[in-house]
Amino acid sequence: MTTTLEHAPVPAFDDDPGGGRKLCIICSKGSLDMAYPGLVLANAALGEGIETHLFFTFWGFDMINKSTMAHLQFTPLGNPATHMPPSLMGLPGMTAFATHMMKKQIEGIDVPGVPEFLEMITDSGGHLWACRMSADMMHLDSDDLYDRVEAIISAADFIEISAGAQIIFI
Amino acid sequence: MTVATIEGRHVDVDAEGFMSDPQQWDEALAEALAKNIGIEMTDAHRAAIRFARSDFMTTGETPTLRRMATAGGVTTKDMFLLFPKKPAKKLAYVAGLPKPVGCV
Repeated sequence: MTTTLEHAPVPAFDDDPGGGRKLCIICSKGSLDMAYPGLVLANAALGEGIETHLFFTFWGFDMINKSTMAHLQFTPLGNPATHMPPSLMGLPGMTAFATHMMKKQIEGIDVPGVPEFLEMITDSGGHLWACRMSADMMHLDSDDLYDRVEAIISAADFIEISAGAQIIFI
Repeated sequence: MTVATIEGRHVDVDAEGFMSDPQQWDEALAEALAKNIGIEMTDAHRAAIRFARSDFMTTGETPTLRRMATAGGVTTKDMFLLFPKKPAKKLAYVAGLPKPVGCV
């Protein structure tokens, strides 16, 4: 059936039904496979005009540590979702091989590596924050971190920043 | 199917107002669609729209922000300046294309 309208509907792009929706994503993992969920969601939220903050803590520091951010790894060891014989997954070279394969698959669908993804997120207006306790534990300061990280902040600061936000812990 | 009148023309649209037949689109219609969502068209808008349409014709998919940057040469920052807040969707709307389906 065809309906004919005198006036075309216009998508409600700027009427924010969520009323200033805000998203905070806590990134606590430093493996390649666990870096992507936060990056993809942050990017999607920003593309929807949602204020988005990423807070990097503990192993998540590897995502913003200049010396590791481009070299995250994936290990199939102890991961039943790979559906491979567990006894083989611990063999030497397996992590390097699995990492190589995963990076190739990610690249194959034109999804950027971690540093470029963070660049895209900050170009879209996303905010990056680093955890104070993790920085202290690992003896890192802002010079060691990706230069688009806005600041190293305390847990209390994060609670302030995330006021009224939806929070995702990864 | 819904047919709506835009610029005195009958155009197929979906429930939200996105055009459902890219072939019915032309640049005059784009000006009207841009006005509907408060965008003042410039040559930069037109260049982005032209790329999005030619990319859609080749790949069958509306380009995402990432695709606009890597294949279309329109940086993510520029996309947010040209089509504020929801750049990929606004671009699709003005270009007479379906909403992008890609995640990144």
